[in-house]
Amino acid sequence: MLELLELILTTSLWAAVVRIATPLIFATLGELICERAGVLNLGIEGIMTIGAMAGWLWVYQGGDLWGGVVFAALVGMLFGLLHSILVVYLGLSQHVSGIGITMLASSISYYAYTMIIPFSTTPPKIVAFSAFEVPLLSSIPIIGGAFFNQTALTYLAYILVIVTFYVLYKMPLGLTIRMAGENPVANEAQGINVLLIRTGAVMVGSALMAIGGAFLTMSAFDAFYFGMINGRGWICVALVIFASWKPGKAFLGAILFALFEALQVRAQLIGADVIPYQIFSMMPYFLSIVAMMLVARRAAYPKALLVPFRQGDRI
Amino acid sequence: MKKLQFSKICKNFGAVVANDNISLSLGEGEILSLLGENGAGKTTLMNILFGHYISDKGFIEVEGKRLTPGSTKASLDAGIGMVHQHFTLAENLTVLENIILGTEPLSRLWSKKKLAYKKIEALSKRFGLLINPDAKVADLTVGEKQRVEIIKALYRDASILILDEPTAVLTPQETIQLFKVLKEMVNAGLSIMFISHKLNEIIEISDRIVVLRHGKLVGEVATKKANKELLAEMMVGHKVTRPAYEKLEIGKAVVELNNVCLNASDGSVGLSNINLKIHEKEIIGLAGVSGNGQFGLASILQGLTHPSSGEFKLFGQSLIKYDPRYLTKSGVARIPEDRSKEGVIGEMALWENFLGEELRSKAKSGFIIDKKKAVNNAEKLIKEYDIRCEGAFASTRLLSGGNIQKLILARSLSNNPRFIIANKPARGLDEGAISFVQHQIINAKTKGAGVLLISEDLDEIFELSDRIAVIFDGKLQGPFDASSLTINQVGLMMSGEMKEGSFNEA
Repeated sequence: MLELLELILTTSLWAAVVRIATPLIFATLGELICERAGVLNLGIEGIMTIGAMAGWLWVYQGGDLWGGVVFAALVGMLFGLLHSILVVYLGLSQHVSGIGITMLASSISYYAYTMIIPFSTTPPKIVAFSAFEVPLLSSIPIIGGAFFNQTALTYLAYILVIVTFYVLYKMPLGLTIRMAGENPVANEAQGINVLLIRTGAVMVGSALMAIGGAFLTMSAFDAFYFGMINGRGWICVALVIFASWKPGKAFLGAILFALFEALQVRAQLIGADVIPYQIFSMMPYFLSIVAMMLVARRAAYPKALLVPFRQGDRI
Repeated sequence: MKKLQFSKICKNFGAVVANDNISLSLGEGEILSLLGENGAGKTTLMNILFGHYISDKGFIEVEGKRLTPGSTKASLDAGIGMVHQHFTLAENLTVLENIILGTEPLSRLWSKKKLAYKKIEALSKRFGLLINPDAKVADLTVGEKQRVEIIKALYRDASILILDEPTAVLTPQETIQLFKVLKEMVNAGLSIMFISHKLNEIIEISDRIVVLRHGKLVGEVATKKANKELLAEMMVGHKVTRPAYEKLEIGKAVVELNNVCLNASDGSVGLSNINLKIHEKEIIGLAGVSGNGQFGLASILQGLTHPSSGEFKLFGQSLIKYDPRYLTKSGVARIPEDRSKEGVIGEMALWENFLGEELRSKAKSGFIIDKKKAVNNAEKLIKEYDIRCEGAFASTRLLSGGNIQKLILARSLSNNPRFIIANKPARGLDEGAISFVQHQIINAKTKGAGVLLISEDLDEIFELSDRIAVIFDGKLQGPFDASSLTINQVGLMMSGEMKEGSFNEA
């Protein structure tokens, strides 16, 4: 137990925490934006997968790194648009469409990867983003070296937390997005096109999910593997609830989950002879459930989440 | 020039003609009332004005300029503000956020909230619409929410204000307050269209009255020349008689509540120390604004919940463990508040819905439903209660509200119940159906039943009740003899302004 406590005070642990948290921050923000506008996006898992594949492929084919990020985002938006057409314009079940998109996007990713990349036992690699220190901030003890000695994408994630907060709470645009998730009829009654707002939110949200996926292949690792998203998308759906749909809390939630995850890997090493490692692997998920039960019970969810809006509906 | 002009508006929904060639106009500084029963086409007409629907034929002009059809934005820009019957507010957001929504360009980088705050304060002062801009809408009363809706329109500098059944949710005092505000606005140059089916109010507030019936404009009168009887006849198309009240010798107590309390759960209002005795051959009217404990009280009396403490005596017997089935079996009938959600199952046929509350007793042979018997029974009741439908096998959701209510009445009253809970039995029905429902309730009373009539409509309560109780914040005042009360007094009790002890209990 003491060993664990000591561990918490090491920079290397926190560096791992931030690395694990970054894709979660992107994707949680993405899901949060969608849900704030009233659309559940269960395509998240697949959109992360195809983002990971697309960004990596761009670079592998000779494109530059930022080009890869943009390409991943565009591909994500495309699937966001598909989801919007199905659930926003046609009013279909958001659950079914989301899961369908996850399956479609994942399958396309694997299919494209297999078609384009010749089979080899070790997957081909790219030169990924490299870390750089932010002057001053990185000299804060323990935390500084962890949070501010990362790749550019991690810094982008930090910035996006603030931008998302700003847009949602300070800009008229954010008010209309929140209103689309609370009471679309009120939006309509004020002359705003709810369908357009929702579609926009879902597309931007999906782009963030895809960038979250791309972080894995272009920053955390340097190759694409099958099944590498490994349920991260579903965790983000839970994190949005944990965060009560607030960007700041989403950031904290992602860090908290990443802390559990980083700790369990290390705890496995310490306690491997006594407790089977599967128990440790379970811990982050188990603790997430506990945290959800404690935090999210009172959460005020967007009132019109999952409710399709049809123009000309009776008011 | 006319402020607003409808010209030959037609709108069909499938085979239903909602608006048939309607032309009418609104003058500057005028309050025009639009009167009509449910389904007469009032709301459709207003939704066309507000761009929610596009009319099939005809057009609308605002100050002589044609209004772009089907665009809410165009209507807002033309200075039309609408206070919807069902508020279009987001509960989780603040008053200010709800008001400024859509008034700023979406590309603006910083919402000018301080400026908005000042403007809202100025408006609320000028028209006496007191409101805290930082309050969360969920925390407001219904009356306050309506104020927010009105300010929303004024904030956009609307010059024409449409109010769709604005008084349906207000207490009499709040209504008086609203009327003051409306007069204030007319003085400031606004033109107002007031939609309602409450005749007293229309006569009080408007300058001119237009009557719609079955989608057609059937009459227009200056308010000075109008009276209630004339308007009612124009609205319904024929003379309607409400049942006459008759006092009967009361019998034994059917329901007795002694110090009944119910703990509030998830935000709803509980009940504290309710004492109520309902006798055979009497109707007790329970007045109150929705959400003051009526739900809890009705739930207890239907057996859906048990009191947290106190005693519930039914037909002289103290009940300890009971469920809805037991109550139904022992002679309790219910007319539920939301008839299409709680009263019937829309997807099922009429004959199936007739079995709804007696599945275990009637029309059963062994484990199997005796369909023949059930259908025969249904057909008998359909005839007896004059339910307009395509027979016992028709799908129930195809029925109109009035006919669904007849089905429920037929089901619960045909067993000669001894106690009836009627929860807003006339809400949303047209005059003909209301008169039918009220006749049935009076008949049941004459046959010996005790009735608890829960309603927000004070006219209805005063027309039917022997005694009247008022519920506010989970506490009961009364019951008092109906003849000893005025509508005004009941209104004050409904808003909690007149406290217990101001009256001697009858």
